[in-house]
Amino acid sequence: MGALTLTVNGRRRTYRGAAFTRLIDVLREDFRLTGTKEGCGEGECGACTVLLDGAPVNSCLIPVGQAAGRRVETVESLGSPEKLSKLQQGFLDCAGAQCGICTPGMLMSAHAHLKSGGKADDASVRTALSGNLCRCTGYQHIVDSVLAAARGKKKKASRK
Amino acid sequence: MRSVGKNVSRREGPEKLTGRAVYLDDLDIPGCWHGVTVRSSVPHGRIKAVKFDPAFPWSDYVVVTAADIPGRNVVTLIEPDQPLLAEGLVRHREEPIALIAHADRAKAYEALKHVTVEYEKLPSVLTIADALAVKEKIYKDDNVFKSFLIRKGDVDQALASADVVIEGEYRVPHQEQAYIENNAVAAWEEDGVLVVRGSLQCPFYVVKALKVLLGRDESKVRVSQTVTGGGFGGKEEYPSMIAGHAALLALKARRPVKIVYDRHEDMAATTKRHPAVVRHRTGLTRDGRLVAQDVDVVMDGGAYATLSAVVLSRGTLHAAGAYECPNVRVRSRVVATHTPPNGAFRGFGAPQTLFAAELHWEKIADVLGIDSLALKRKNLFKIGSITATGQVLRESVGAKSCLDVVVRRSKYAQRRKEYDRWNADPKKPSWKGIGVSVCHHGAGFTGSGEVYLASRAGVALTRAGALVVLAASTEIGQGTNTMFAQVASDTLGVPLDWLEVETPDTHKVPDSGPTVASRTCMVVGGLVRRAALDLKAAFESEHGRVPRTRAELKKAAAALCGAKPARRFEVQYEKPSEVTWNDATYQGDAYGVYSYAAFAVELEIDRATAETKVLRVTTAQDIGKAIHPLFAEGQIIGGCLQGLGWALLEEPVYNDGVMVNSQLTNYVIPTSLDAPPFDVTVVEKPYSRGPFGAKGVGELPMDVPAPAVAAAVKHATGRLIATIPLTPERITAALAADAEAARV
Repeated sequence: MGALTLTVNGRRRTYRGAAFTRLIDVLREDFRLTGTKEGCGEGECGACTVLLDGAPVNSCLIPVGQAAGRRVETVESLGSPEKLSKLQQGFLDCAGAQCGICTPGMLMSAHAHLKSGGKADDASVRTALSGNLCRCTGYQHIVDSVLAAARGKKKKASRK
Repeated sequence: MRSVGKNVSRREGPEKLTGRAVYLDDLDIPGCWHGVTVRSSVPHGRIKAVKFDPAFPWSDYVVVTAADIPGRNVVTLIEPDQPLLAEGLVRHREEPIALIAHADRAKAYEALKHVTVEYEKLPSVLTIADALAVKEKIYKDDNVFKSFLIRKGDVDQALASADVVIEGEYRVPHQEQAYIENNAVAAWEEDGVLVVRGSLQCPFYVVKALKVLLGRDESKVRVSQTVTGGGFGGKEEYPSMIAGHAALLALKARRPVKIVYDRHEDMAATTKRHPAVVRHRTGLTRDGRLVAQDVDVVMDGGAYATLSAVVLSRGTLHAAGAYECPNVRVRSRVVATHTPPNGAFRGFGAPQTLFAAELHWEKIADVLGIDSLALKRKNLFKIGSITATGQVLRESVGAKSCLDVVVRRSKYAQRRKEYDRWNADPKKPSWKGIGVSVCHHGAGFTGSGEVYLASRAGVALTRAGALVVLAASTEIGQGTNTMFAQVASDTLGVPLDWLEVETPDTHKVPDSGPTVASRTCMVVGGLVRRAALDLKAAFESEHGRVPRTRAELKKAAAALCGAKPARRFEVQYEKPSEVTWNDATYQGDAYGVYSYAAFAVELEIDRATAETKVLRVTTAQDIGKAIHPLFAEGQIIGGCLQGLGWALLEEPVYNDGVMVNSQLTNYVIPTSLDAPPFDVTVVEKPYSRGPFGAKGVGELPMDVPAPAVAAAVKHATGRLIATIPLTPERITAALAADAEAARV
């Protein structure tokens, strides 16, 4: 078993173990970054979404060897409870999180979309989030959250 | 009022948004092993042998079978018929037989390949029809777990004298809850107390089950909820099973053990919504007034009784729909089959029977030549209406208000004409349709259920000046923590951030009953309000007033608590005096109050592929009072999308008694691109017994989508398809059958 290095949330980390270990397991179990969640283990639900060199990937499908020498960003890179990022604040204001299990993955997909210059309109955001399943919200408040963050303003309480 | 009715921030929001919220699998439990489950591979069979590969290093593992159970081998719920681990006989696929734990997760899973179970296969009953025909006896003589009969007036005579009698049969499938966090429980022993932590809805259910299973005093079992990634009923009863498994492994291994299901195991082995067949025979006057409803309901309970009797009860009590009819008969049964037990899922029997009751109006409309909306309007519940159980609806009946809002905001009449013109043009690539539904949903437990539960909740004041809400109701995403703090702080008249909400831990909070049945806000929230009123009175009498500053709160707390570390103000549920219910005759006030919803859906069906796209949803829901309007809207949109999924996409496929599409790859739930835009109106017809007028909201949104979708598909295609989901395959088959019939 060799050692490989990757940059996780701006920090160089070394992993000693099999190169085919799933990235999600390395993040959660070796690096104790448990913000990344496993929902299906087959790349369908998107709860494990992290950014690899800035692009969203399902970390349950990526062998850690594939991340060697590359940049990995997880939900822990965004903000802290005391100082939420603009996107996280959007989710708090617009009720974009209910049970919260899909939220880290949603945030990472939304973050990648906005950071890469993706459009801040309903259709573009829905497309960007279409690989992330949510069973609680019906998505509308999640889309509102992302749009609010992009536009830097709070959604009104009522849409009437 | 300071916070009720306002969109304050989610209490645990910042932790959930930063990855700091600790779900079960995120817990760092030193020395914790991983548990896995050996499951049956036949739907019905006698276990001849469980063979452990002699070449495998079993000494590195802990193995548990039924022989290791210190108490009774039963998952205690309603009937003691379900074993925790099968002994001798298996009655469904995926039934737990043995348990294995190892320090390494991969090695634990590896061990499953080295266990072989040999069976003598027995004949199995896998469908409702075979169960009713008693192809094989599974449960008593008739395979019926439970039946109900509701009678109002004289149905036979009314049918005989009705202008028209219209019959219909409606079928709905299983549905998977599909919470994104799979079931997960951990257990260990600490100073003689068995500690269980888990992703679950009802911590006291688990205590009651473990007490019997382990033969332990309740004080030696402590269950607390971890942050839970969705429930929808799927974590109501099944966590008792997993907790039992984890407990047995932990006690034998003398170390913590956690069991975290993977998606396939969770979908294949755990409970689903009950499939149902519902038949209606309805008598009406020629101008569309109901004179008789004769309804027959059959549900598939699966191999063990679990919650089937209660699911059937709710289904039965909603089977006539939100309409007044002088003569009603509802006969219902839930049968046993050799399939994994079905259980709680948002709506709890009502979506099944309401689908039939609502869609049947489309059939009636065709026969009478009157628009279904006009028929619904003519018969809809209003103040003073008498339900099938003889309940007089005295207050808070928002059915008509909801329907009016939806008809107006969806431009129902205009869209109907517009789509009629569109559909008449053969050059168009699609058909379009609009459908409307209106439903009621009883809040709280059925009948006398709340009386038996005798739920308790409270507010504690600590000597240091902390105010803590004490309730066993779990936060599973719906906003319980935030709502309790809002109710308590406004009742006391203190700032919202003075209130803390205790973790549902059975050694810290009273038994508030389960987190189910749209009861958390209305029933338990009502208890929290009463407890807060008691504390307020104590402040006033012992301190002179409710404290206005933190410093004053500390002073008052010291005075009220005296030498004690805290004072608890706990109250117990008291039945409202006007509510009467007879369990023997199923007559009376089935629920204290009902919530109401109306729903319009517009959709477009591709003429070539029969793929359906939902264009728009307009809904109005009367929930009494929205304690938190944005969270209430979140419940409505989320619940409605689950309903749209059930209506259009979701179909557990069973083969030889087991779900074969037990993956998110082939069991399809709606994505952000499947979800339509929702126009939501919250209607507030206050309920005098609810906190600040609130009724239930959790389940109601699940009731309305399916019948509206089927009505819209009928508008689009001209074909009433009485079975969901309305997949392209099902629509194509129905239209092909029509074309075939037209040729003959």
